[in-house]
Parts: sequence; structure tokens; C-alpha cells
Amino acid sequence: MEKGPVQYYETHGDPVPETPLPGDQPGPWLETSVIGKPVPRVDGYERVSGTAVYPSDVILPNMLYGAILRCPHPHARVKAVDDSTARGMPGVHGVISGFTEGTNPDWVYSSFAGVEFATKLFDPHCRFEGEPVAAVAAESPHQAWDAVRAIRVSYEILPHLVDERKALEAHAPRVHDQGNRVGEPARYERGDVSYGFAEADLVLEMTFNTACELHTPMELHGCVASWDGDRLTLWESTQGVFSVQAGVAKALGLPLSKVRVIGSYMGGGFGSKLRANKVNVMAALLARAAAHPVKLFLTREETFLATGNRPPSHMKLKAGVKKDGALTALDFSCVGTGGAYPADGTALVDWLIRDLYACPNVRTEMTDVFIHAGPARPMRAPGHPQGAWALEQMMDALADALPMDPVELRLKNIPLVSQARPGSPPYTSTGLRECLEEGARAFGWKEAREKLCGAKQQGPVRRGVGMAAGLWFVGGGGPPSTIIIKLFTDGSVNLNMGASDIGTGTKTVMAMVVSEELGIRPDLVQIENADTGTAQYATPSGGSKSVPTEAPAVRAAAIEVKRQLLEMAAAELGLEPSQLVLKGGVISSRSDPAASLRISEVKELGKRGVIVGVGYRGPNPEGKVVNPFAAQFCEVEVNTRTGETRILRFLGAHDSGRVMNRLTYDSQVIGGITMGIGLAMTEERVLDHGQTGKMVNKNWHDYKIPTSLDVPAEMVSIPVDPGDVEANTTGAKGLGEPVTIPTAAAVANAVCHATGLRVTESPMSPVRLCALLAAERKEG
Amino acid sequence: MKTESTKMPAPLSGRGITRRGFIKGVGTGAAAAAVSGALSTAGPAESALLDSNAMHRVVLKVNGRTHALLVEPRWTLLFVLREKMGMTGTKPGCERGECGACTVLIDGLPRYACMTLAVEAQGSDITTIEGLMDGEELGPVQKAFLEKDAFQCGYCTPGQIVAAEGLLRSNPKPSLHEIQQGMSGNLCRCGAYVHIFEAVEDAAKARGGK
Repeated sequence: MEKGPVQYYETHGDPVPETPLPGDQPGPWLETSVIGKPVPRVDGYERVSGTAVYPSDVILPNMLYGAILRCPHPHARVKAVDDSTARGMPGVHGVISGFTEGTNPDWVYSSFAGVEFATKLFDPHCRFEGEPVAAVAAESPHQAWDAVRAIRVSYEILPHLVDERKALEAHAPRVHDQGNRVGEPARYERGDVSYGFAEADLVLEMTFNTACELHTPMELHGCVASWDGDRLTLWESTQGVFSVQAGVAKALGLPLSKVRVIGSYMGGGFGSKLRANKVNVMAALLARAAAHPVKLFLTREETFLATGNRPPSHMKLKAGVKKDGALTALDFSCVGTGGAYPADGTALVDWLIRDLYACPNVRTEMTDVFIHAGPARPMRAPGHPQGAWALEQMMDALADALPMDPVELRLKNIPLVSQARPGSPPYTSTGLRECLEEGARAFGWKEAREKLCGAKQQGPVRRGVGMAAGLWFVGGGGPPSTIIIKLFTDGSVNLNMGASDIGTGTKTVMAMVVSEELGIRPDLVQIENADTGTAQYATPSGGSKSVPTEAPAVRAAAIEVKRQLLEMAAAELGLEPSQLVLKGGVISSRSDPAASLRISEVKELGKRGVIVGVGYRGPNPEGKVVNPFAAQFCEVEVNTRTGETRILRFLGAHDSGRVMNRLTYDSQVIGGITMGIGLAMTEERVLDHGQTGKMVNKNWHDYKIPTSLDVPAEMVSIPVDPGDVEANTTGAKGLGEPVTIPTAAAVANAVCHATGLRVTESPMSPVRLCALLAAERKEG
Repeated sequence: MKTESTKMPAPLSGRGITRRGFIKGVGTGAAAAAVSGALSTAGPAESALLDSNAMHRVVLKVNGRTHALLVEPRWTLLFVLREKMGMTGTKPGCERGECGACTVLIDGLPRYACMTLAVEAQGSDITTIEGLMDGEELGPVQKAFLEKDAFQCGYCTPGQIVAAEGLLRSNPKPSLHEIQQGMSGNLCRCGAYVHIFEAVEDAAKARGGK
């Protein structure tokens, strides 16, 4: 074979899949040469060298810095804002508030369930600590903060309510005129739970609580805003540039074409950066008032108050089971809060109770209330880890009481259909059984369970193993998605996609799909993404849907490029396109390998300069459900004298369909487990219930997220691929959220195995464990 | 308006400051002020020397090059590196010494640039993530992070890499426990720690125990 420079672009002569006829859907990949391998990120160089430009890194000529004055009270009315001193201070170019002309547009808080509440950008009625009151632009952030401190605000301080458990008491302060209920409780029922409990051989009833968690992504929330006449550009740290564009255009009354949002790199979101924020509108208004670009990023403390949270949950669960382990009834209720505005305070907390295990009789009721605290936002698998905390500890307790092995009990109740949905549709694939069995085998579950059984351990330090399972109620993705691929004359490729890569490795997976279809090395795929001015429309990267949504569209675009390429080559070779194959950058005849052309030798491509292929995400399979499944196992060591818990090892067995990139797949698994360890062990928003109503731990010193000393070095990822040929043309399902769903419950079950203590309230801090152990010793 | 001061603050490094000692001593003013968003008070020891309303000339040695700049006494090294010198590899995460995203090496030791005033950093060798590159080539720790996928969103990554570099300079063959300890001043919300441990182990090998 002759050696030309073009070879440099190819993937080692690996065959690429055959091109389907026009109009046909491509079949599943039978073999893959790139997909599934561990491939370092295509943008890894930028991320480790420091050259990646995150929105926080943007510096524009003449740029000013913004700062926000926020209400320090959980409930207050702004009577007056005196900014006269601030305006005259050095470096100050603009001050806006609810009392300045034309700077207080409407702002609508809305839940994902569709409940809306209209307020103002600077609403005089502040319903949580951290509502914005005024904002300043100055030549340095220090000058902006000086000016913020010089603004005099007179507040009428109003009675507050920050304990959701007291929201429905008769004399509780009202958050809104309608009262403290967001709406009617959400109810679900199938079968007859009283019949189910009557049938049961064993019935247990327990209460569970999870604390409110904060997202705290490493990059602060905020943006740089710049006007060119009436056109606005925002560099925004976001999971969805188009969703921010829509929100900002609506708030400012601008056409979508006048708002460009760029967010090609972003430093984490976990659900807190899915939509437009007030900070975007404030930055735009300050930039307009000052006629300079403005960089406005929140401080870390502000992000704790005003950029969302995972709502606290107060849950009751009653479960009935037969001697053989078959569940007969589940009765669940939950009270939660999304804070001061409609924000899905209880959404999906009951989903696992409804759908994870086969159970004919299920009833759930969820009550969402208002309190004077920052509105919630979806946080990595909203509702699910809380539901798992209750259900998966209950399953463990049932297994103990029966007695039965916890894995066996779960295997006894594997559902074949999604019972919670109308008509009980089947799943395209369900790997729950395989996750449990393969996970238990790889972990050495039976042996560890036996070896560490309580009676065999002496001394104050006890070890235990625990496990939990889960599913994620979506994760199949779906339309819309449009992808454009450009094939250049030398065989290299440009990929245009609207979706963000929020750190999950989306860009790399898409480059691998192009590589698989066209035989081009992944690192030769140039990607432009997450820019409303240049990239195709995409929905925000959330819901574990980016890969199952975008990858099939990328595949379709690559196939369209290949179709056009083969057509050109066929004309030049005097053959039919159907007689040709593309392999290793060479187009050749099936019957006569001598009749061949390199991509770079296709004359028509050389003349045109580029082949443009457009791909769309096709519909999801009708009448079927696409869900990822999970089972996680861990071993812990508890010091029963100090209440300290060390997590010694973790294993995650996940069915997220086809593994697209084994390297970034494993990164997501360890990342999800790490975040789940935070829920289990340390994370808790503390509001000063008794006195001020303010958040007392709005920093990373007092609100502890896992550090390198809080995670075990041994974390094993076991992918379970059920070979899903129906979900979409790539067979991939979502991964980012299912990986954190069972974690906290698995840790709690391991702590119970080690100590005999069932800790039903998160986090399992040493103080809490000590108190529980002391109480047990007293009783015992 | 601001005028350039002719008074030069005494260099504060080279006296073996530790993170804890730093917070106890000079940094108290900055730390307390950072909490409230203010950086207008200089440290107690040096407050007599610096006029907070004047710009001061500093000479910073960053990645082997010297830079003469005019700074306010309250400006942090983080702010000056990023917003005045355009070296945005060093990231702000909390600006209160909790997360380590802004970690740089000062005289070879990992320091939080958000807790270091620019006027204090005079006379020290400052190394940022940009300084770990060999031209356009990645350094050994950067390569190891890339190959082990020791990050997700990548925002804390420059700080993690600089912290790892500092760890390996003082302890070329760290044990796993020493790596966990050494990296514990750097938060990663994506939770890449396990891959970070592997990357630091690999980088130690790549450096040949030096």
C-alpha cells in the first residue's frame, strides 16, 4: 500500500459500517472499532493545559465588573433604595435596581411541572435570603463591591417560615397569599394497598428524611454580557445555551436572533445551569446602562443562596412482603419544598417506589410546600436518590426481617414492564437483574456478607457491606436534535452541534461516532458546539440524555456524508454507489478491489471543497420505555465510639446500554458515586430555624462536599450492556444520573450491616451516628 | 484618584509560611474581608506601609518572567493573574480558600492564589498551570491527567494539576495515602478523585521519582 499523507487521518484501516439506502434507518452496530474503547477526550488538551476558555475566563476590551446587592433577610419588603453615594464612587459606571428607570422587567419563576409565578427581576417583596435588590457595574470587582456596600436599603422585615415541616400549621407565616401549598398533593394509586397489606406475611413501616443538598459546581454561576447596538452576546456558564437564549430574549423583549449565547466550555452544573438566570438579565441591563461589556459572576456564598438545591424530603413508607420475598404493597408519602417559588419540591421522589420493583398495589402522595428559602432546581436525578434512600433501606429492612439476602429479595421483584406508566409499557431493555447479579459476583457480595456478619466482629470498629439498586425514569433522549457534519477534501471533519459538553465527555463520544462511521481518527474531528449563533438547536444537557439524543443524530449526519461521498466516487469510477464500500479512507468496489479512490482523490469533492451532511434524531420507539438501571455495592468501616464512617470500597454495575467511551463512562460512574457519598455522609443545608431564618453554612467550609479523603480509592465500574437494539440507532442510554441514585442508600445499608443501626436521616454525620449509638446502648 | 506609591511593601514570602500560619497572620484581614466581599483592609502587619487608596508598583515573577504592574493593595494574586495579566488557567472557585481551584506554586509550594495578595507575592517564584507546559507540549502531570481522564468539567483541573505538581516536587514517590492527603486541599465536584489518584501515581512514575 502506498504511503500518502492522507493515511495520517485514518483509523488503522478498520472497516466502517455499511451505508443504509436513502430513507432507511441504520441498523445497530454489529461490531465496532472505535465505539466502546477507552478514548481520551478530544478537548482534553484544552482542559489540562488551562487554555480552554470558560465563560469566567472571558476578558473583553473595556469590560466592567458587576456585583449584586442581595436581601439579607428570608422575608422582607424593600421600601426604598438609596444609591446616591454609590453612583459617585470611584470607577462606578452604573447602578440598577427596582427603583431605576427601565431596569425591572418581569421575571417568571416556573417549575418543570409547569406551575408559574410572576415576579419582577428586583421584586420589592423578597421571599428568600439572597433575592437581588440592586446591581452595580464598576471598573474593578472591588469597586463594584464598595459601591454595593454604599447602597442604603430600607427593609420592612416580615415574619419568615423556613421549616417545611411547619408550613401547614395554622399560624405559619404565609409565603404567598394562596397559602403555603404549591398545589394539591400529587397522588398516584394502582391496585389496592389495604388488600396488599392484608395479603402480606410481613409489614414494616418507617420514616426517612434526606437533607437539602446544594449543587455547588466548581465554576460559579454567571456570564459576560456585551451589546453591539441592539444585539446582545452572553458568554454564559450553562448546560443549555438555547434555553438561556430563550429566557433572556423573553425577559428583555428581544427577538431570538438578537441574543447570542456562547458556552462551549462550562465548569459543571448538575442541573443548576439548565435555564436563564436573573444574573443574565442583570448583566445585560448593566452593560446597556454602562455602555460597556460587563462580567457578572456570583460569589460562592451567593450560589449557595440563589442557584438551586435538591429539596429536603420527609418520607413515610409502609411495605408488605410475602415470605417468599414477593412485594404485596407499598404505601408512600412525602413532604418537601422547592423554596419560595414553584420549583418541583417533591417531583419524582416517589418514582422508584412506583416503578423499580414489581408490586401490584402501590399508593403515593406528595405534598409540596413553600418556605422562605431559595428555589430548588433539578439536581442530578431529581427525586430519585431521596426515593432510593427510603425504598432501598426499606428493602434491606424487609430482607433482614424475613430473613433473606438483600440481593435475592430484589431479584425476586424484577419488573418486566414500567408499571407506573399508563398501560404498563415494556422497556426496550432492562438490565436490572444483570446489574444485581454481575455486580454481586464482581463485588464478592455473598462472601463479604457472610464474613462481616455482626456476631463475628469484636471491638469498637465494625465493618459491613451494603447495596442498593435504582433506575432513572428517563435517559432515552429523543428529538429534536440536528447535527451538521462537513467532510473536507482531505478527509478530515467538522462537527456542528448545539449541545453542551458539561464534563460528561459528550464531544468525545460524538467524535467517536463520526470516527466509527467515516473511519476518521476522533482527534481529527473539529467540533463547534454550544453557541446559539453558529451551532444547531439543541435542548439543554440534562436528564442523562445528551448521548442518546445527539449520538444517533451524529450517526445519521455521518451516514449522509458517506452517501454523498459514495455517489461522487461511483460517478467517477463508473459504478453504482451500492457497489462501493468505504474502508480506511478508501472507497472501493466490492467485486473489484482495484477500482478504488482515496477520499482525497474524489474529484467532485475537491471541486466543491466540502460535503455537508445533515442528521436528525429520529423518534423513540412507540409504546416502549427507555430507562437505565443500576446496582451499587459498598463496604464501610464504622467506629462505634466516635461515629466516624470510612467507606472502604465501592462498585457500580450499570446498564446504560452500549458503552460509548469506556474511559469517560468510568469517570461518570466514579463521579456519581462520589456525589452520592456526599448525600450519605456530609451534605446538608442548615437554615437558622429558631432565629434569623438565614442559611448558616453558605460556604464549602461548613457545607462539606466529598474531598479526596472521603472517597475510597477502590471504585469499580462494571458496565452491563443488554444489547438494546430498539432504544435508538446507537443503543446507548443515559448514564450521568443513574450513577448517583443508589449510592447513599447503599452506604446506609452498609452502615446498618456494620452496626445494626438503621440510619434513616441524612447525612450520617459522626454526631448523628454517636447520638443513635448512645441511644441504642441506653435501650440495650 | 489613585496615584502610584513609591513605598514598596516588604516581600512576605521566603519566611516559610504555611497555609495555616498564613491565615493566622497576614491573611486574617483578607480572609475576613473576602467573606464579606471586601478586600479593602490590608493585613495588620503591613497596614501601616500601604495606602489602600493608592496603586502600588509590584514586580511579579511568574513562570520565569518578571512583570511590573500597578496594583491595589487589596488585589489578590488570583485577580491580578487572571484579570490583569490574562492568565486565566488559574480559576476562581470560592475566593475564600476552600476549594483550591486557584492553586499556584509559590516558591515551589502549592498556595491558594485567592488567599495571597499580589503585593505579598513579590520576590517569590510563582508557577501557574501555564508554567507547567513545555511550549505547546503538556507536562508530565498534565499528560497523566489527560490519559487517566482525571477530570470531567475540567474547571478545578488546573488547580488539581498544580497541587499534584507541588506534591511531587516535595515528595517524588508518594504513597496512595500521601496522594489522598496531598490532594485534599482541592475540591472536585464532578468527583474525579479516584482517577486523580491514578493520574498522580502515573505522573510520579513518568517523572522517574524526581
